[in-house]
Amino acid sequence: MPTARLATLGPLLFAAGFAFLLAVLVAGLPFGAPPMTVGQAIQGDAAGTVGAANFVTAVVLAYRGIDTLGELSILFAAAMAAGLVLGRPGERRAGAAPAGFILRAGADLLFPLLLVVGLYIILHGHLTPGGGFQGGVILAAAFVVPVLADPGRPPEHRRLAWVEGLAGAAFIATGLAALAWDHEFLAPLLGRGTLGSLVSAGTLPLLYLAVGLKVGAELTGLLVRMTEADGEAPR
Amino acid sequence: MNDATTLTLYLGAIGLLAIGIGGLVLARHLFRVVMALAIAEAGANLLLVLTGFRWDAVAPILTGADRAPMVDPVPQALVLTAIVIGVGVQALALALAIRLRQAYGTLDLRLIRARMAAEIDGAAGLAPAGSRDRPAGERPLPPPQPAALPGETRP
Repeated sequence: MPTARLATLGPLLFAAGFAFLLAVLVAGLPFGAPPMTVGQAIQGDAAGTVGAANFVTAVVLAYRGIDTLGELSILFAAAMAAGLVLGRPGERRAGAAPAGFILRAGADLLFPLLLVVGLYIILHGHLTPGGGFQGGVILAAAFVVPVLADPGRPPEHRRLAWVEGLAGAAFIATGLAALAWDHEFLAPLLGRGTLGSLVSAGTLPLLYLAVGLKVGAELTGLLVRMTEADGEAPR
Repeated sequence: MNDATTLTLYLGAIGLLAIGIGGLVLARHLFRVVMALAIAEAGANLLLVLTGFRWDAVAPILTGADRAPMVDPVPQALVLTAIVIGVGVQALALALAIRLRQAYGTLDLRLIRARMAAEIDGAAGLAPAGSRDRPAGERPLPPPQPAALPGETRP
């Protein structure tokens, strides 16, 4: 059918034109020599001012802390909207088949392992690659795997909501504490410490811990709610 | 060799973006639309990270006393933000898709559109829109009746 082919051709032309536009723009960029001076300034400044060995963490939490707070609120809004769309956490599916022994034992074995890895990645976010967001996702995996292995287990939405709310409040409270001590909002407190040691960079590890717990609780609630959503409409 | 590397990296990023956008406008299955969105996001993030790249530089993490040149940490922090927000967007989109499937029993966008239109028309008390098989409104003529044979009585 010529009309159907035409309808396919239009979007393809659009995508190709978009790619061409981007290619032209990129061709004007000096690759390998970033023209931005902000990064250079931060590299010279971060170790002395913030005290975090991982400069990405310094940017995320110290230089752009309020931006990260906005990001957390976007994630919260998305999770809340998804919860709103999916409806109240209903009853577990009655007909769900009980998991076998291997699945349940494997999930139970995996749980502490994932918990340790997640917390390690969160707490070392200012020293090594990683941080609250990445570790939070691993924490969420730790809590979702047992639910997937044993669908009959009752969900704990109320406890998750408490963790999420307290973590978010802790993030904001740390920022307000900086305000109370005559600094900018979310400025790192408590001194820089020794560069590269676990207790360093002031409040940055605490902020990342709050981020990690919040992200983990949010994602866990979201995924558990999605597994609860059945094919039938809960009228 | 450097030119080839540059070309490959940029082609990869732009190609991912183009594939994602093409899928976004072409796909008829709602789950594929969400996947196309994820692919386009990956391309955009890769493009953003590439802008901070430097030859002969290390990751922006201090490992010792020596200060080797580092890549720009700002685009990496931006991409970290973008990835997290992308996860939120995908979760919301999938939640909407789950509800659509619960309501209409399919994820095919054309079927969903047709069923949604029929539902809205039904709720408004309108007749279903006309098609070749089922024209709208009454037929202009009553269906023809066979002529009565002489001597036959009809009820």
